[in-house]
Amino acid sequence: MSDVVEKTLTALPSLLSLDSQPGSAKLSSTSKLGALIRGITELTSKHEEEKLIQRELASLKDQVSSPNTSMRQMKEAMVRAIYCEMLGYEASFSYIHAIKLAQQGSILDKRVGYLAVTLFLNENHELLLLLVNTVLKPNVPQRYDTCNTPLVEEKLNHPKEIIRRKAVLALYKFYLIAPNQVQHIHNRFRKALCDKDPGVMFASLHIYLQMIKGYKDLTASFVTILKQVVSGKLPMDFNYHSVPAPWLQIQLLRILSILGKNDQSTSEIMYDVLDESLKRAEINHNITYAILYECVKCIYTIYPKTDLLEKAAKCIGNFVLSSKINLKYLGLKALTYVVQQDPKLALQHQMTIIECLDHPDVIIKRETLELLFRITNAQNITVIVEKMLEFLHQSKDDHTTIDLVGKVAEIAEKYPLQTMNTVFSLGGDMIQPDIPNSFLKLLSEGFESEEENKKLRLFAVDSYILLLEGETRNLPQRFLQVISWVLGEYSHLRNDLDPARVMTLLTKLLEMRQTSSETKTWVLMAMTKLCSGEASVSIARSVCEDLSSSMDTVQRQRAHELLLLSQDRALRSQLLPLCSDPEPLEVDSSLSFLDAFVSEALAAGAAPYKPPHQRQEELAQQKALSLEPYELSLPINMSSSCVTGRQSPTLMSVSSGLSGDSAELSHKGGSTTLKLEGVKRVWGREGYLSKKEPVEEVAQAEIPSPLSSPNQHTGASGTSSNTHPPIPTPEPEQEKQQLASSLFVGLGSQSSLCLVRADIYSTQDVPSHSVAVFQYSLSVIRPVVHFEVMGMLSYQSSHKSHEVEFTYKLPLTNFIRPFTVSTEQYGAMWLAFSNDTKQNLNLVTDGQDSLTDTLNVLKGKLNLHIVEIIGMEGIVACRLAQDQPCLLHCHIHAGTLAVWLRSPVPDLPDSLLYHCQRALEGT
Amino acid sequence: MQFMLLFSRQGKLRLQKWYVPLSDKEKKKITRELVQTVLARKPKMCSFLEWRDLKVVYKRYASLYFCCAVEVQDNELITLEIIHRYVELLDKYFGSVCELDIIFNFEKAYFILDEFLLGGEAQETSKKNVLKAIEQADLLQESHKKTKDVVSI
Repeated sequence: MSDVVEKTLTALPSLLSLDSQPGSAKLSSTSKLGALIRGITELTSKHEEEKLIQRELASLKDQVSSPNTSMRQMKEAMVRAIYCEMLGYEASFSYIHAIKLAQQGSILDKRVGYLAVTLFLNENHELLLLLVNTVLKPNVPQRYDTCNTPLVEEKLNHPKEIIRRKAVLALYKFYLIAPNQVQHIHNRFRKALCDKDPGVMFASLHIYLQMIKGYKDLTASFVTILKQVVSGKLPMDFNYHSVPAPWLQIQLLRILSILGKNDQSTSEIMYDVLDESLKRAEINHNITYAILYECVKCIYTIYPKTDLLEKAAKCIGNFVLSSKINLKYLGLKALTYVVQQDPKLALQHQMTIIECLDHPDVIIKRETLELLFRITNAQNITVIVEKMLEFLHQSKDDHTTIDLVGKVAEIAEKYPLQTMNTVFSLGGDMIQPDIPNSFLKLLSEGFESEEENKKLRLFAVDSYILLLEGETRNLPQRFLQVISWVLGEYSHLRNDLDPARVMTLLTKLLEMRQTSSETKTWVLMAMTKLCSGEASVSIARSVCEDLSSSMDTVQRQRAHELLLLSQDRALRSQLLPLCSDPEPLEVDSSLSFLDAFVSEALAAGAAPYKPPHQRQEELAQQKALSLEPYELSLPINMSSSCVTGRQSPTLMSVSSGLSGDSAELSHKGGSTTLKLEGVKRVWGREGYLSKKEPVEEVAQAEIPSPLSSPNQHTGASGTSSNTHPPIPTPEPEQEKQQLASSLFVGLGSQSSLCLVRADIYSTQDVPSHSVAVFQYSLSVIRPVVHFEVMGMLSYQSSHKSHEVEFTYKLPLTNFIRPFTVSTEQYGAMWLAFSNDTKQNLNLVTDGQDSLTDTLNVLKGKLNLHIVEIIGMEGIVACRLAQDQPCLLHCHIHAGTLAVWLRSPVPDLPDSLLYHCQRALEGT
Repeated sequence: MQFMLLFSRQGKLRLQKWYVPLSDKEKKKITRELVQTVLARKPKMCSFLEWRDLKVVYKRYASLYFCCAVEVQDNELITLEIIHRYVELLDKYFGSVCELDIIFNFEKAYFILDEFLLGGEAQETSKKNVLKAIEQADLLQESHKKTKDVVSI
């Protein structure tokens, strides 16, 4: 229980005896409510509280339903029932009695009865009709419902102003509930507005605020009222901290701003009084700021007047520069509101805005982003999107995330290219592969208007040329790939651009050490598309010479193609037509063009094709057969693709562990440079100076881009997936392709569980007694305990075709990487993940600290990261090769290790648990 | 205003007043999450929250948090002053109010709130008038009690 309550409890007896203060109704020591409350405060657990309340409710139920209970006791019981309801326990049996009490009790009992009724019932409750009948009898129209307007109307004429006021507010509620029911009494509202009591008038403003549009003629009246209020003509009663009727003022200002919106003549009536309001509100108190804020909003909403705007802008300045955080917040809000009309105002306060971006309070941060969002333009977009993404990383709240993602999406619609460029350069290699894919798709398929398309593509070409002319070392590989594709595809659109210049720029990329071999193949492909003209051909030739000795077969292949195609212009234009016609690539998914090949093969004695499930069954029976010769090569390829980052150009999937690390490193480096000294460089006279800032920061996660469609997980259908940009499909040597070995790697365990992307892949002739290496990247889409990699190799030798099938079992652990997080991050993630599983596992018991020993065994065998061990509890984290984490919470319970796994990925906890179990079984 | 909540630093609800019809389940959910969110905020942070689709204004007085949810277009500062005025009213009525006063006399706290706000709108902003109304009601109650006592004798 709380110490405060406890402390005061000890002082309670003395408090209770002090029952003498006038007007203060201290607790009587005998009251049952007091006993109940005290009883609850003494309890130590939620469970006990529940028991006590249930007991209390039972006795209450007896009491209220007994005919002998007096009204007074009933009232007392009702108060206790309210208390129980507040604690979250249902006391619905008392509702009817509350109504009864309101109906029959004496005035003071009625008071409690009404209170109970208003707290218990909402407007949908079935007992409400009964209540309406009750209310019709007494004389205070405090409660309301849609059907008793006439009654309340009557009360509008009541001599007492407090009752008139309540009646007006009641009508206001009617209006909110059913506007058409009160249409006939609009003149009554007008009467209320003219009531001699300002309170009644104030109450009527609520109604007018709702339906003001139809009352332009009242503008002058409102202005007069405000004038009177501002100059302090109201009774002292209405002052609040010596400010005259602030609530009234704010209400009036809001009404005026609605009236004056887009209406010059109406606005002109109010200029004077607004000016007056600004002047009068000078005391340094929250309430004056409240009025000022409303004033500023009003001034910026109505038809503008220059000198008022200037004054208002000054006011906003005071807000923004205030040291009080609440005012700062409102200042930012006001800025957000006004920058749409006057972006210059934001420029004045840019330093404050920058400070607010790093404010420890997320609410301030978010408001600042909102402000930045409003002033987004082509120049500053980069830094704004960057900041938004940064915030998105830290955000835990769903509502914020949804809101922010929506905003990034909106920006992306306005400035598709700039946004995507930012997303690429920041998201870098952590980005999901389908984002660049769909971006390129967008570029190639384009929008509806051809004109737009051309503009967009030209803009892309221009901006990328500019980028390449600058420092390219820090650009992520993915971005380079996108750049080279765009240049290869579209630089011909820019007529004055010499292809040789582009070629030179691309050559630079090839020479860079950081460029991955995957990117290099993209670059080579772009060059192949580009090389026309003397100069280009000579560049191409020298590049080919360099690469002809490359260790990388794919690169060598591409270089070879480049060389051949650059010399044969006719073949090149046939293979790689200038891709201005949006003719879709046709994919023959039935592979009918291979029919001849198949029948030939069958005739030569090859085994007929078997569908995967059949194959699998057979394989299960004769597994030993196929494993032998390939066992070595595949796993080595797997790991090599991870370590060196070598990937085939057609596959842009796995971001390897290594590149993940380097992204983290550069992220660290980047974040240290983003301190205040960088601030001055970021903003210039015209906004953000994007070109001077080296893009160093690499954000860690990708954002769901609006341009991307979730067409990534198409799986291994065996054909090259059409989400890829048009890739170098046509092979120059058709007959070679037929001869070449083709490899299908399809991976399917039982059903559609996990799929690995695979492509038909062809290479050159494999001379006898040599080894050909194929590389594939695997990405886990749905985790299972073991993945089965299946493949078929077909080849021909001396006119006989052969087929060899093989399978390889990959345990899930191959894809598991340690995941370094802090305990706080862990905690935040833990709550966010929805898939979980629990189990008790064996403990390693030989050492002293069995928990640490056990976790170390898991760490060693499964490649996990131990986040923290506290006493008998330990937390561990890991992730799938890409980014999807799995968290483990372990504690020792009754001689076993109770583990609880959670992950955003379904099946991951279960599959991982299996491996944990296996890892600990052996010990 | 959509609702007002009073809760202690330990997250115990002391008073709740809803001006919009919601089911009990929703109320409980909102209360639980909002209390958590507000309690997690540090003292130097601003008193306004954009929480889900609501604008929340809160302020801490001693060990009690006063927390209001208002419409998006409402003025935050004036809401803060509504809270403040309510605290002033309680303070005046109970004579330097403490959390215990509100725990044990929560029905009085409700009466004051109802006299000050009606249907979620400030209806009477004068401290004097609100207290006058409450005192009248109390007086009525007491005189009533007396007559009752007399009758019973």
